[in-house]
Amino acid sequence: MKALVTVKRVIDPYVKVRVRADGLDVEKNDVKMAMNPFCENALEEALRWKDNGVVTEVVAMSAGGADTAETLRMALAMGADRAILVNTEMLPVPLIAAKLIAAVARREKPEVIWMGKQAADGDFNQTGQMVAALLGWGQGLFLSAATLEDGTVSADSEVDNGIVNVRIKLPCVLTADLRLNQPRYATLPNIMKARRKPMEELTAADLGVDLSPRLKVLRVSEPPPRPSGRKVADAQELVRVLREEAKVLS
Amino acid sequence: MSVLIVVEHDNQAPRENFRYALAAAGQLGGQIEALVIGENCRAVADIVSHAPGLAAVRVAENIAYKNGLAENCAPLIAEQVGEITHVIMAAGSLARMWLPRAAALADSQMISEIIGIEAADTFVRPIYAGNAFTTVQSLDAVKFLSIRTTAFEPVTGDADTPCKVTAITSGGDSGLTEFIGERVSALERPELTAAQIIISGGRGVGSADNFKLLEALADKLGAGIGASRAAVDEGYAPNDFQVGQTGKIVAPDLYMAVGISGAIQHLAGIRDSKCIVAINKDADAPIFEIADYGLVGDLFEIIPQLQAALEE
Repeated sequence: MKALVTVKRVIDPYVKVRVRADGLDVEKNDVKMAMNPFCENALEEALRWKDNGVVTEVVAMSAGGADTAETLRMALAMGADRAILVNTEMLPVPLIAAKLIAAVARREKPEVIWMGKQAADGDFNQTGQMVAALLGWGQGLFLSAATLEDGTVSADSEVDNGIVNVRIKLPCVLTADLRLNQPRYATLPNIMKARRKPMEELTAADLGVDLSPRLKVLRVSEPPPRPSGRKVADAQELVRVLREEAKVLS
Repeated sequence: MSVLIVVEHDNQAPRENFRYALAAAGQLGGQIEALVIGENCRAVADIVSHAPGLAAVRVAENIAYKNGLAENCAPLIAEQVGEITHVIMAAGSLARMWLPRAAALADSQMISEIIGIEAADTFVRPIYAGNAFTTVQSLDAVKFLSIRTTAFEPVTGDADTPCKVTAITSGGDSGLTEFIGERVSALERPELTAAQIIISGGRGVGSADNFKLLEALADKLGAGIGASRAAVDEGYAPNDFQVGQTGKIVAPDLYMAVGISGAIQHLAGIRDSKCIVAINKDADAPIFEIADYGLVGDLFEIIPQLQAALEE
């Protein structure tokens, strides 16, 4: 069975972002980029399913500019068998990304699509759900565990008040939470090997997906700063300032 | 303009987060309706019908909706749009399961976790874990929105007369997904998104056993207990305690971060707290940059001292 895994190229989530001078985006020039952490968990899980023999082929895909190929090479170095790059100048919003992914899925016919539950840049937490809707497939979201049993996936979904266990028919879309697994590192020999793995390039037009904007960014701004705080000497002083200055304790 | 609020509930009563969505709907203006989806949930619709400012409540009851599976519920939401221009829901795991799926079925780019409404088509939302805000204009006919409750004041009180409740016909079981069971944390303390005081522990707390130290203090203050991702990953606290970019976004009057260094992702979840206190033995921990009051020292000494000081 084939697994399609989506990987997004984002600003390294440990880098502090700065708003660009024109106020329409954050600065992306000379900024360290990385694979979105949740996508790493998704890829790792697909690779483990391959290690266990339940998956025979792992296909990684991404959409974006030419530098997105670098993120796909990383996916190949981690162990994906081949990659599909959808060349788009703009990073698509979730609905358009979902349409690109669904179109690739219709060509590739995977039985499972593994995705990160959200991307550390846009923080939308939508694309997996939208892919599942467009394909008419079941969705397993924010997963901390997933096992394949008799053509269904038993999935633990991390929700507001605990964990919900659902059984999802194949084919389906699964989105990974950080606690699903610990992603592997790409070793140097595997990075070398990845250079020879196939990477297919497609355009949105090849896939019949309309890239017209759905969302117009009017402004990107810094969040209002919090007034600077101060250190207190001990527990007694802390309780006193919380009662008398901040008035948050009675 | 016509707004439809999708109500989160337990088949008996609406969750309070419905009243935050109602506040956001009020800012949009126009007619406001509510949609209650569930099994034997007429009682929920009746309670909701008393909320101020509502023109009507639509209720869809079906065994297939009992456990809130998006595969069954999202098509129903998408079918409602007709005259509706805005579908809104309080942000949370249910909104994340239902709304993107419904929005895609309606060919709309949902806008999640909004913190401000500038116009009927223009919304503010955080990106990059809250390190930047973006103002976006929706170009879609129907806007699907989830509302970050910490950014809105809930609508309180009830209307003198309830609005009309209408039963709507519904699809049924998609057959795609089956609910097996849930492991829900017993809530002995205030829910994090509603708590006035939160005490959160991080990796510095050191063990699940040591979290009991925080519990004693929380009980004294009537506080909720939270945790950083690091503490959850180490198994010191369950996942639904997690505060941060991918956990819960909180805005209590007082947030005490104990043994939390303050990763960007954690700070994203606490930024809107009225007062932030950091207790950490590392004086250079990033948490001190955002804290209103910082106390440098060993939490195992400070927590008991705090309890003693509170008794004075």
